[in-house]
Amino acid sequence: MNAQQALLAIDGLRVDYTTGSGPVPALRDASLRVGPGEVVALVGESGSGKSTLAHAVIGLLPSAARIGAGSITFDGTRLDNAPERVLRGVRGARIGFVPQDPGLSLNPVRRIGDQIAESLLVHGLADGRGARERTLELLDEVGLDRSRRWERRYPHELSGGQRQRVLIAAALACGPQLIVADEPTSALDATVARQVLDRLAERIAARGTTVLLITHDLAMAAERADRLLVLDGGEIVEAGRPADLIAAPSHPYTARLLSSSPSLRPGPPRPSRAVTGQPLLTLRGVSKRYRTPAGTVTAVDGVGFELGRGETLALVGESGSGKSTTARIALRLTAADQGTVRFDGADITALRGERLRALRRRFQVVYQNPYSSLDPRHSLATIVAEPLRAFRVGDRAGRRARVLELLDQVALPRHYASRTAAELSGGQRQRVAIARALALHPELLVLDEPVSALDASVQAQILDLLDRLQAELSLSYLFISHDLAVVRRISDRVAVMRHGRIVETGPTAEIFDAPRHEYTAELLAAIPSPQVAATAGRPATPSTPVPTRKGPSDG
Amino acid sequence: MSDSRIGTISASGLLTAASGAAGRLAGVRPSRARLRADAATVVAATIMLLVLGWALFPSVFASGDPLTGVPAEKLQGPSPQHWFGTDNLGRDLYTRMVHGAGLSLTATVSAVLIALIAGGLLGLLAGAVGKLVDTVAMRVVDVLLSVPSLLLSLALVTALGFGTTNVAVAVGVSLIANFARVMRSEVLRVRGADYVEAAHASGVRWYTVLARHVLPNSYRPVLALAAVEFGMAVLAVSALSFLGYGAKPPTPEWGSLISEGRNYLASAWWMTTLPGLVIVTVVLAAQHLGRAADRRARA
Repeated sequence: MNAQQALLAIDGLRVDYTTGSGPVPALRDASLRVGPGEVVALVGESGSGKSTLAHAVIGLLPSAARIGAGSITFDGTRLDNAPERVLRGVRGARIGFVPQDPGLSLNPVRRIGDQIAESLLVHGLADGRGARERTLELLDEVGLDRSRRWERRYPHELSGGQRQRVLIAAALACGPQLIVADEPTSALDATVARQVLDRLAERIAARGTTVLLITHDLAMAAERADRLLVLDGGEIVEAGRPADLIAAPSHPYTARLLSSSPSLRPGPPRPSRAVTGQPLLTLRGVSKRYRTPAGTVTAVDGVGFELGRGETLALVGESGSGKSTTARIALRLTAADQGTVRFDGADITALRGERLRALRRRFQVVYQNPYSSLDPRHSLATIVAEPLRAFRVGDRAGRRARVLELLDQVALPRHYASRTAAELSGGQRQRVAIARALALHPELLVLDEPVSALDASVQAQILDLLDRLQAELSLSYLFISHDLAVVRRISDRVAVMRHGRIVETGPTAEIFDAPRHEYTAELLAAIPSPQVAATAGRPATPSTPVPTRKGPSDG
Repeated sequence: MSDSRIGTISASGLLTAASGAAGRLAGVRPSRARLRADAATVVAATIMLLVLGWALFPSVFASGDPLTGVPAEKLQGPSPQHWFGTDNLGRDLYTRMVHGAGLSLTATVSAVLIALIAGGLLGLLAGAVGKLVDTVAMRVVDVLLSVPSLLLSLALVTALGFGTTNVAVAVGVSLIANFARVMRSEVLRVRGADYVEAAHASGVRWYTVLARHVLPNSYRPVLALAAVEFGMAVLAVSALSFLGYGAKPPTPEWGSLISEGRNYLASAWWMTTLPGLVIVTVVLAAQHLGRAADRRARA
């Protein structure tokens, strides 16, 4: 496709960030063409420069960023050096932007109807009454029907998925030719993400809008886009149709991304391990209610399960399903209203004080977000040695030796011991968190979404590490996750939670192959599954409009 | 009660807004704006060092006698011999200013220390223990905040008796509430952090968690507040001394120097204006340093 036909053309774009230690390149010689009506996905991990590219297109780069070379041409107009006045005319009116985090991207003190109407009004495309009418239509289009008066509500009255749909409606408001969607679903649950993407696909198919979709999720990109661009370290390393790319990646980075994507290259589910003896952790009829100003909320409602020694039980559910609360109850970090928690045969439901503290040696926890679970002021050695110090294990030299041994175990270089968490990447931080959890030789690890804050390739490494450690140290894992694709890799048994109850439980293979509960089936359907994955190897079919799949509406 | 709360919130809001604006400025013109901000900080630091020098080694900066004057040289205007002029008894005003710095600044520092320690502990306790302790402590703070601070210190110093120490205590108590508020909010923020729960979950005792994780991650904004409040305390101490609650004459104190000059406002402007300007400069310098520290603490 040549430059005349392209709606958006980026040529040799270079963007540098000014930092205290000189300029750091975010994009190097990035070139791409997006033709009218095309859906192009830009795939890359954190730090690859994909958000920088998105912001460069709409002229909203942070002030520390500078375009060093290259050009951005949109429909014949240069945007990279355009004055603010020109950019204002393009932004919103001709290029719509769907931001990443729906929780932060709406003004909390304004009604959503006014926020959608705003772009129509500032671009002078409608008067007050016209804008109101158009807003209702737009909300209808994204599935928020007018009978429920969504336009009168404030952002906090909406769920995450609904907010993201409002943002899509706002991006569509002026009928733009191009929509730049920057990780539009990464803050959403899988089933909600699918609904949102379906809505977006449906609207752009109806209008023939061009889309530049920015994502870290190769599987999602392959499912949704006509063409994929793979971005690594600020350079576009590979481009092509999803089918070709997945069947035969030519760049090693693409191959690595592909092999670490749990939904594109699903391994066989782990064989169930034989469980002998009495279960290590047993929950029976556990319930927990929270009192809020709006009334009581039942977070956990009669949950019970058993976890054997050396086994991994995955607790799967979406946000608000009560899985994290269940884990906290199992860890005795919060008290259950009803039910019993037994650890190694002993009832620990009402255990308190020093006896509970003594028991904490035997079960440890790894949190979801490695950026918040490590004290920013301590060195790694101090962080990892903290449980040892708390239980007065060994002397100073002994603790030091144990810290180094633990760093070896989680495959971190020994000289990292004197660093602070801020100097580490997300995956390395999570390794430190795992090392800390292992310090006291626990029997049970509760892993609360241990990989969901990490890039796909790092996820795979951490899962491999957890798998290896389990075999070496005969650990039991209670693995909390919202992502069934991840769960498949690590768990022996799966319990699916919804609204505080376990709706289905069984061996991993059974859950994946023959889900009995409709909610399990819905969760499985939410795993992105590009048709190309099934037809890999065969010649790729010509690119078709973005597939739209019917998902149940969450109203 | 709610009014006072709004007051605190808007005050802290102003602080963040100010630092935010400075940050944006720095972003637009990194080099020049940053340089200007740095230059202002250097000037402020120099002023504070100079005044500290006055307080610690007054004779180095003004070798004369602050208490006895030369009657023949009374009520002279500023000149190379008498930088700030002389007063009605022929005493050199600059010398009295330099020698008064010790008392005034000691009172100020003690006041801020009292407020920092008492308020910090109160806030730490309220934030860390929560529940009933929190409610009771914060209602006490609400009461303190609802009384205008100068009125509160006036009432306290009247009850305690006159003198520089009592002025310091009175000003300190009137500042406790601000420190308690900031400390509590910081502790609440840190207490909810994953690394604090992670420490609990790995079996660390609660007091160790408090000392190793909560306190080190929450004290910085409180220290920055101390620097900001230092300026306010200079003002409050001087005000009380102006009203005659401080040291007995002829001992020089900044506030009382201004009040002595009040009778000669028409004929000897320098007796009120120059000490007043010194106080204004010190307050501004302290506030500027405090905000710079606050920005760094939040960065």
